Amino acid sequence: MAEAHDLKVIGTRPVRPDGVEKVTGRANFGADLQLPGMIHGKVLRSPYAHARIKSVDVSGALAMEGVLAAVSRSDFPEETDDLGRNVIARDKVLYHGHAVAAVAATTQLLAEQALDAIKVDYDVLAPVLSIDQAIADGATLVNEQMHTNGDASQPASNIAAITKFERGDPEKGFAEADVVVEGEFRVPMAHQGYIEPHACTATINEEGKITVWCSTQGHFDVRTQTAAILGTSISKIKVIASEIGGGFGGKLSVYLEPLAVKLSELSNRPVRMVMNREEVFRATGPTSATWCKAKVAAKKDGTITAATAWLAYEAGAFPGAPVGPGCMSVLAPYDLENFSIEGIDVLVNKPKVAAYRAPGAPQAMHAMECVIDDLARELGMDPIDLRLKNAADEGTQAPYGPKFPAIGLKACLEAAKAHPNYTAPVPEGCGRGVACGFWFNIGMQSSAEVLIREDGTVIINEGSPDIGGSRASMCLMAAETLGIPYDRINAHVADTESTGYCNMTGGSRTTFATGMAVVQACEDIIAQCKERAAMTWDIDADQVDWDDGQAVPKPGVNADVDPLSLADIARTWGRTGGPILGRASVNAQGAGAGFSVNWTDLAVDRETGKVDVKAYTAIQDAGRAIHPAYVEGQMQGGAAQGLGWALNEEYIYDDNGVMENAGFLDYRVPVASDLPMIDTQIVEVPNPTHPYGVRGVGETPITAPLAATSNAVRDALGFRVSELPMSPPRLLEAIDSQEG
Amino acid sequence: MGDYAYAAPTSLEEALSVLESQANDGQRTQILAGGTDVLVQMRSVDKEPRTLVDIKHIAETNELSIGADEIFIGAAIPSAALNENDELKGLLPGLIEAADLIGSTQIQGRATIGGNLCNSSPAGDTIPALVVVSAVCVIASPGGSREVAVGDFVTGVGQNCLASNEILLGLKIPRPRNNSADAYLRFIPRTEMDIAVAGAGVALTLDDGGTCTSARVAIGAVAPTVRLVEAASAALVGTKVDDDALSAASAACSDAASPITDKRGTVEYRKKVVGVLCKRAGGIARDRASS
Ligand SMILES: Cc1cc2nc3c(=O)[nH]c(=O)nc-3n(C[C@H](O)[C@H](O)[C@H](O)COP(=O)(O)OP(=O)(O)OC[C@H]3O[C@@H](n4cnc5c(N)ncnc54)[C@H](O)[C@@H]3O)c2cc1C
Repeated sequence: MAEAHDLKVIGTRPVRPDGVEKVTGRANFGADLQLPGMIHGKVLRSPYAHARIKSVDVSGALAMEGVLAAVSRSDFPEETDDLGRNVIARDKVLYHGHAVAAVAATTQLLAEQALDAIKVDYDVLAPVLSIDQAIADGATLVNEQMHTNGDASQPASNIAAITKFERGDPEKGFAEADVVVEGEFRVPMAHQGYIEPHACTATINEEGKITVWCSTQGHFDVRTQTAAILGTSISKIKVIASEIGGGFGGKLSVYLEPLAVKLSELSNRPVRMVMNREEVFRATGPTSATWCKAKVAAKKDGTITAATAWLAYEAGAFPGAPVGPGCMSVLAPYDLENFSIEGIDVLVNKPKVAAYRAPGAPQAMHAMECVIDDLARELGMDPIDLRLKNAADEGTQAPYGPKFPAIGLKACLEAAKAHPNYTAPVPEGCGRGVACGFWFNIGMQSSAEVLIREDGTVIINEGSPDIGGSRASMCLMAAETLGIPYDRINAHVADTESTGYCNMTGGSRTTFATGMAVVQACEDIIAQCKERAAMTWDIDADQVDWDDGQAVPKPGVNADVDPLSLADIARTWGRTGGPILGRASVNAQGAGAGFSVNWTDLAVDRETGKVDVKAYTAIQDAGRAIHPAYVEGQMQGGAAQGLGWALNEEYIYDDNGVMENAGFLDYRVPVASDLPMIDTQIVEVPNPTHPYGVRGVGETPITAPLAATSNAVRDALGFRVSELPMSPPRLLEAIDSQEG
Repeated sequence: MGDYAYAAPTSLEEALSVLESQANDGQRTQILAGGTDVLVQMRSVDKEPRTLVDIKHIAETNELSIGADEIFIGAAIPSAALNENDELKGLLPGLIEAADLIGSTQIQGRATIGGNLCNSSPAGDTIPALVVVSAVCVIASPGGSREVAVGDFVTGVGQNCLASNEILLGLKIPRPRNNSADAYLRFIPRTEMDIAVAGAGVALTLDDGGTCTSARVAIGAVAPTVRLVEAASAALVGTKVDDDALSAASAACSDAASPITDKRGTVEYRKKVVGVLCKRAGGIARDRASS
């Protein structure tokens, strides 16, 4: 792997190629496509959180002038999976806002009005609205056919699955300890907070070929999911990813696309569907509300002897809460002999959860990192020293099985201890809270094609929708590999028929795995260029080096020739075999775990319960920062989202399961003025499996802030508030009850 | 967004006649100032067709005058213009800070105090601030003009005493005397872009010795309409507006509040916080008046 000091382009901070179009409003997002004859689709949503559908009659809508199509469950194959049942309700509606029917009309207003003409007959059922309700004896069942872990010998249950990790003997560990601390924590449902609502346009031609334009994190997944829900072949569907206005995991599943295709088929028109903000809140996936118990024990010297965690996650209406990743993450920062972790995936009558940045990790790590903080207090140890004493390192076996290769946790902890923001005393009237973050990151499948123009400039075609500046990172890695300037390269997110298969942008995999494919495709180009040069010079290809963007004879090779640049080779490629294109595909392994340390200083107004965040610092191991500004941006963004979740964000439901705050006015993500400057420090412990040492950096940033914030509030108040968000009313109530 | 027509009359007569003629045709009209409430409502809750009558091109609604006895703020003047007027800010710091709380810089480029008042939300930030400085609404009606004290203008949640053929021209405010000042504070969980959970305005006059000779205290977002809290004013008059007096005023505000529990806060929380705001705003007004 290249050493940092050998790198010329990687680690610089050029302007992103998509930046100007975005700031000038020229970029096309999901809702921006206009097609001739295009009409507008809207969804009729369930007014109940739980009800059996007796009948759906769309004829009233169809009778309206200007309404060109209407669909309901009967227009889709009966055999379908959970995703299909989420896109259009079948026998039951399972949450308030669940799609029941859809119409397409010549104007959006008309489509909205037509929804009122659809008749749905419901048998209303009692909703299940919390983990406590769902797991209580005799609970109403969200899905009468569901058995825990698929075990049909047991009675049906709202618990979809139980996950367990265990090692050693926790009981023995607790018995040996000098100090034992435990706690119980609640974290609310939270929305990813992407600004762009879900949007798509679909059209189908006379041959049945479907084209979908949409805002997505994975257009290949849109193709697979849409084909499955429609009961058609993926070969019939082409998906074009628009620019994306945020996703954070929320744009990995389809909601509208199959409906839009069906409406297009029935109306013979292109159909655009755009959710409003309320629909985004009511009907698309947030992340799980959780109830977690954590317990940890240590010797007087700080050696942790045992830890246990019990994690209960709301899945929403279908199985699939991210409790597995929660279990994987909860103790990942620690090198432990004795632990047990149990997680349960619980159905409730709320929207089906979706991924949200390090799905499942923030909630679980919040519980454990709070308890670790309490342990440091009990032991009278600095919270970073306690973590250093027990930190996972190269060779530590992760709680979920594999041994860590080189990881950066200790480097982050040491950097934190030495950081001026940490050595500085806690400001008067403030509390300080520290926490560790972790995400395992993933690799998976990516393809890349590198095309050379006849002037030697370069096009990268790849299939990873660019959410965080990945095109810039691809260009940087290609520039470094090819030895040419960054501005001679364009990266392009190609549609599903213009590049090889590619998994979604998620799991912090894009810069790692798609980057690996791009680097390998560039190496393919270099190999071909060497052959062309060898042909030109009449020597063997293995006598040619690629040096600083040019083919040169190897030292000692007797050839009196001028070096050949990519442009030189392109200019004469007609004589050496024709155009040059490179390609590579990977199923990338060894993504390399990401660790972080965060701390914050904040003050609590004891008369109003309001928290004022004064300072925030995030330190994270990036493996290698390809574009450091974008790594810092990820760290700052994760901190901002985490602070919002810790302090104000929550889904508020009434007793009927209707969300009361379905908009950004009352679902309070932080605004810029709520946040201090979020200081960042990138640590670089290169990931041995990536050619430039990259680790995923997109998700780790949100895993520490909840606990760092909780721990700081604990420090400021002198007692712990174990339920998030620590909104002003909740904190004031806690303060008042403490003061009696 | 629903269908709408748009009229931009350039005189008051024309504006009144558009309102009148549309009404005679059985058409709905709605006055448009900055549109920061209207446009949001048209896109979300109320998509029925209407004619928007823009009042920004009328001389009277753009008038801003600071006289020896009276200040007049035209109904079409955006908050940003008020915030940038140092003389006004010096005279009515509390009212201007209330206007400066609305939305964000972008919103304030459009939002007006008149619109805030006519929207008549219980949480409208400028309303308590207007009440404590004894602002009076100047209203143009087909028959001439009439005046209504701000405290009497708002009649319920989203309701006020304007008829559909009337226009608020602006607000008339007595010029504060020496040693007088106002202050307004609201509580929101964020720092901006939010709706008041509670708000409190205080205006005071001190004598040369620092004793309060008159006081007005009003609270917002804790009842269907703004409340002028006489008991809080009484707790301040005759005192040096010290901690004891402020605590008494604070308690009076908590007592006078009759909020609801909703997603933005509980009854207990709002009662408590409105008192805290009164205490703090009172302290600020006192310091301003004595400086
Ligand atoms: C992002 C955002 C943040 C906001 N933050 C705040 C906040 O912090 N605090 C707050 O109080 N408000 C807030 N608001 C609401 C709004 O900005 C204010 O109420 C603003 O003062 C309205 O003024 P406007 O000129 O835009 O009114 P418009 O939207 O033009 O009008 C509001 C209402 O008043 C009527 N009206 C306006 N002028 C007249 C007139 N001269 N005569 C008769 N009727 C009239 C209109 O018909 C309409 O019913 C916010 C709005 C947005 C979009």
